[in-house]
Amino acid sequence: MAFQVVAAPIEPDLLFLPWEQPLEEWPDDATVALPKGISRHIVRFVRLNSVVYAIKETEQHVAQQEYELLNRLIRRGVPCVEPVGIISGRTTPDGDELPAALVTQHLQFSLPFRALFSSTLRPDTTERLLDALALLLVRLHLVGFYWGDCSLSNTLFRRDAGAFAAYLVDAETGDFQAQLSEGQRNYDVDLAVTNATGELMDLESAGLLHETIEPISTGEKIRHRYERLWDAITKPLVMRPDERFKLDERMRSLNDMGFDVAEMLTTTPLHPADDGIRIVMTPKVVDAGHHARRLIRLTGLDVEENQARSLLNDLDQFRVHLKIPLEDEELVAHRWVSEKFEPVLALVPREMRGKLEPAEIYHEILQHRWFMSERAGRDVGRKKAAEDYVKNVLARKPEERAIIGTSQDQDIEHTQEMRLVFPDTTAEFDSNN
Amino acid sequence: MASVSFKAATRIYPGSTTPAVNSLDLEIADGEFLVLVGPSGCGKSTSLRMLAGLEEVNEGAIFIGDRDVTDVAPKDRDIAMVFQNYALYPHMSVAENMGFALKIAGVDKAEIAQRVQEAAKILDLEPYLSRKPKALSGGQRQRVAMGRAIVRNPQVFLMDEPLSNLDAKLRVQTRTQIAALQQRLGVTTVYVTHDQTEAMTMGDRVAVLKDGFLQQCATPQELYDRPINAFVAGFIGSPAMNLVEARIDGDGVKIGDGHVKLSDDVLSDARSQGLETITFGFRPEDTEVSGEGFSMHVNIVESLGADGYVYGDVPDASGNAHQITVRTDGRNIPRRGENIRLQVTGGHTHAFNPATGLRLGN
Repeated sequence: MAFQVVAAPIEPDLLFLPWEQPLEEWPDDATVALPKGISRHIVRFVRLNSVVYAIKETEQHVAQQEYELLNRLIRRGVPCVEPVGIISGRTTPDGDELPAALVTQHLQFSLPFRALFSSTLRPDTTERLLDALALLLVRLHLVGFYWGDCSLSNTLFRRDAGAFAAYLVDAETGDFQAQLSEGQRNYDVDLAVTNATGELMDLESAGLLHETIEPISTGEKIRHRYERLWDAITKPLVMRPDERFKLDERMRSLNDMGFDVAEMLTTTPLHPADDGIRIVMTPKVVDAGHHARRLIRLTGLDVEENQARSLLNDLDQFRVHLKIPLEDEELVAHRWVSEKFEPVLALVPREMRGKLEPAEIYHEILQHRWFMSERAGRDVGRKKAAEDYVKNVLARKPEERAIIGTSQDQDIEHTQEMRLVFPDTTAEFDSNN
Repeated sequence: MASVSFKAATRIYPGSTTPAVNSLDLEIADGEFLVLVGPSGCGKSTSLRMLAGLEEVNEGAIFIGDRDVTDVAPKDRDIAMVFQNYALYPHMSVAENMGFALKIAGVDKAEIAQRVQEAAKILDLEPYLSRKPKALSGGQRQRVAMGRAIVRNPQVFLMDEPLSNLDAKLRVQTRTQIAALQQRLGVTTVYVTHDQTEAMTMGDRVAVLKDGFLQQCATPQELYDRPINAFVAGFIGSPAMNLVEARIDGDGVKIGDGHVKLSDDVLSDARSQGLETITFGFRPEDTEVSGEGFSMHVNIVESLGADGYVYGDVPDASGNAHQITVRTDGRNIPRRGENIRLQVTGGHTHAFNPATGLRLGN
């Protein structure tokens, strides 16, 4: 078979998958247990050398376009699944043509939203999922990406220090533009609200939604969150020349939300009331991940934004405790990793390390220590907190390293959204005319 | 239902000096199926998005019926994007799947039920309204997705390349369905595609765009028979029309060693415009291999059963070889390397000004 592979350096074992068979017919031993929905495209998952890949069968030009869009998103630093390659020119042994296949790397420790409902979705979890989705949409719009099919199903969620970080999974309907118009942004948000509400209504019909959650008002929250965030990030700042503190405040609040400002666009219109000059500053090229970037610069640890915030807090406390000045932060960071971060994680038995990401475990231990200390009325210390956490909390958690559906495949089968197939229906439709 | 008018509508993207859509004038009649077609970057999707309210109109105006919607928010324009959402929800009944967007919009229950019932009737889905999508065939599911747009009772349907993700066979089947459904509903529909075959088979009229300019808007037959310029001539029809620079010679043009007669109106247009050469056009299917006409050297032949395609070259006005495509009887295909003589049949010749590209004569 003379198939072609467009790819970054590729896992060689990927080439030995049964590409000469339609994806639907791949033997079960080649694939990972998967939520098999009825799809517009067939998607299956394979595990090779402990990495899980998602394979989607689709038209060549669609695969090509999505591959390029995902690469562009990654270059712009927007969280999305990583494209691995396109396999095209597939034929069966009889010479029949098969569709092209887009291969993406499944995100470790990510959770499809339906897996988060395995027990029924609690109100606070819903809020956090919607927060994460709104933030993702803002980040996409900031780089000029119109999604066109934003939904909970097209997003993967990673735990992020008690909250969630959202990743784009399906870019098929997306489009990059120099700048999105307000109409396009609003429409994209409308689609997100409609899709998410539909998904919540569906869970409600299945009896999987917490009784206090009302789908329509809950879905609508995406719009409020999105608008609040968008305004906070892009709204121009008006100040007089002697009001520099306003700029500092604005920068700090953007940093707190996780955004960095690379550039400020400044205009100085004369104010009609004429009590002096007004400076209008519009934040430009805002980029999320302020804390995550600071942590990676200091320690080399690459983690989600809120996890970074939590770890940086711990690092700061460590520095204050050692009475080391802020200028020596890099030195302290090195000591913190070797004296605190690594030793604490070393207390987690190897077999439990696939349950959560290391940074998430560390964050949870920090929280656990706080709760234990509060109960005891004194600081219980890191080691005791870690041991107690492993025994009483982590041991009871499920493994989340490579969750694709829920642990109950049967459930997922029934909750998986159905996408349309377009079979041979002309005759049927015409005969009904 | 309503008509749609673009009135000198222009869209210039920020940071760009050339408009993506340049002073577009287009009148779409009530109930019409209009297709916007053109190569990538021609402005077809931008035009659709301007109508949907997703793209700012920098100059000009857009009307839906008598209402100027230029500055109206998308959701207040009374339009529906068809196939914007393919997902069917497995735990919801067919009726709930069709009506859920109305529920979100706060439409009251009785009204939703009535609209869903009406749409189901049109879509032959009445017996299935209380079932779950799982119990439906693929085609029925597809109609449920169409039903979502129909229940909104929009004045205009918009479709942006809805078939581009499908393979060739399904594309053909689905386009027939969409066209049939649009006829039944009689709702004004604007449909965007890059595929001229799709445009020609679906549209009541087809608007061809290039570089942000509307080239021609006409019925498929008119576009085929009387393309207004050389671009439309080359874009509409598959395989594409042959377009050769040819010298005017007496009552026609000289092609290689032959002569093809042109009509009087073409000749008088050419004379009044002071032309010595024209862009001469003829379709591959309007040629006949015979003992007369101009000669062509055969380079490649393709047999497709009923038809055959012959590719060869003829010298143009400057003496350079110009590739020509000819459709022939599949049972009687010339051989590679052979020299054949061709005639244009039925007087189906086309002529364009080589500088402006505009059509000469009728």
